[in-house]
Amino acid sequence: MTNIRPDASKLYYPKMPATWWLRQRHYFLFMMRELSSVFIASFLVIFLVQIYQSGSGQESYAAFMERFSSPGWVIFHLVALLFALLHTITWFQSSAVVLELKVGKMIVPRSLVMAVHLGAWIVASIIILWFFIVN
Amino acid sequence: MSERTTNEPFWWGLFSAGGVVASFLIPIHIIITGLAVPMGWLTDSSRLYDLWWVKCYLFVLITLPLYHWAHRFYFTLKDMGLKVVEKPLAFLCYGSAVLGTFVTAWILLGL
Amino acid sequence: MSEQTLTLKVTRFRPGKDPAPTLQSYTIPYRSDWVVLDALNYIKDQMDGTLSYRWSCRMGVCGSCGMMVNNEPKLTCAAFLRDYYPGEIQVEPLAHFPVIRDLVIDMSDFMDKLQSVKPWIIRDSEKPVSEGEYLQTPEQLGAYKQFTQCINCMLCYAACPVYGLEPTFVGPAAIALGYRYNMDSRDEGNKERESVIGGEDGVWHCTFVGECSEVCPKHVDPAAAIQRSKVNSATNWFKSVLLPWGQK
Repeated sequence: MTNIRPDASKLYYPKMPATWWLRQRHYFLFMMRELSSVFIASFLVIFLVQIYQSGSGQESYAAFMERFSSPGWVIFHLVALLFALLHTITWFQSSAVVLELKVGKMIVPRSLVMAVHLGAWIVASIIILWFFIVN
Repeated sequence: MSERTTNEPFWWGLFSAGGVVASFLIPIHIIITGLAVPMGWLTDSSRLYDLWWVKCYLFVLITLPLYHWAHRFYFTLKDMGLKVVEKPLAFLCYGSAVLGTFVTAWILLGL
Repeated sequence: MSEQTLTLKVTRFRPGKDPAPTLQSYTIPYRSDWVVLDALNYIKDQMDGTLSYRWSCRMGVCGSCGMMVNNEPKLTCAAFLRDYYPGEIQVEPLAHFPVIRDLVIDMSDFMDKLQSVKPWIIRDSEKPVSEGEYLQTPEQLGAYKQFTQCINCMLCYAACPVYGLEPTFVGPAAIALGYRYNMDSRDEGNKERESVIGGEDGVWHCTFVGECSEVCPKHVDPAAAIQRSKVNSATNWFKSVLLPWGQK
């Protein structure tokens, strides 16, 4: 079989602009999904600093925690929460695609896998919240 | 096309584990320590951090999503046009996660 | 009553003459039952015979008429004018591929990648014909059937930003095809394909944007094939590292 290839020097090679993800809604949502990890990591670093400060004696810790009720920090945590929720939803959607669960010979539909994830997430969240409330 | 094998599965494994941890646990922790405690809806529970099994939990909760971040952020920066510096970028992102792991362990063990 | 019309902006590129592609406008009569391919055929037959593009079956089977229609990869034989009318329609060659002329792209890279995943049944040893066929249960067929539906239209490559950014990436259709053979109960070629599917330019480039599956006209779902291949490759990798006696 002869391999016929066009003359590479005559081809036009398109280039992708760095702003490609702004040009289409799906790409933009994808980028937001990826950037959710930045907000999650930022929250964790702050959380870690809180944990570190908790070992520094009651008064200085209380003074340190005081600042988190300021509007700036509340807004930051609200935004972080929104991105964390975006991550949760999209991660469950992705998991539903990756996991091909079978019950007997039937493949479990993706919507059901998604629903089970959501249910488990809500239960886990309630348990953690309950633990913080009773303690 | 290169057919070299890679150690990518290792980082991807940590990324996936971090993604799972983050998806199930992070929202409620942001609500508790980021919003409910500062707003006074919940009393502070930081004394729980002394319990050994809470420390284990916190270690997993904090470190795995750092690898999740490292992986996604590295690919995001590459996708946004920083492919020319992909090697230093990988070192910086995954390196930060490794460093974060040690710092987390040091802080938790020091409590 | 004046006839309803529709304007198409079509990419023109003459190799060796134009430094870069340009858009040319054509105003054609609007018919609600026409698809974009009908419009292109009208232009070529009635207005401008120099327009070049690929097409064949005009019924969504051959996979040759894929183009960017208003920035989305589409089979132009399945993209109805009425879904865009009265707006303009921009028709461009499939994204991320080198352009040969007008709407015709160079698919050599894609053809190489299809071959690279060894899309045929590989056996450690063939059994003699006298022993009969390799039988398969409906469940065994079901494990890969969806991934056999690919018509090689390359819409998934045009939808994949990763392929646009990393042209060495093996890409959605080729990995889905490799996965199709890996999942085939008659096949034993998993290890031979691993160096391509799980290698440097394989699944690990993929960031699961998911657009490949969105645009696929045959619902092959290459994104699922890639993510499941990642799980398989990672499992094999951890086995080979953690268990020294594990399979290499």
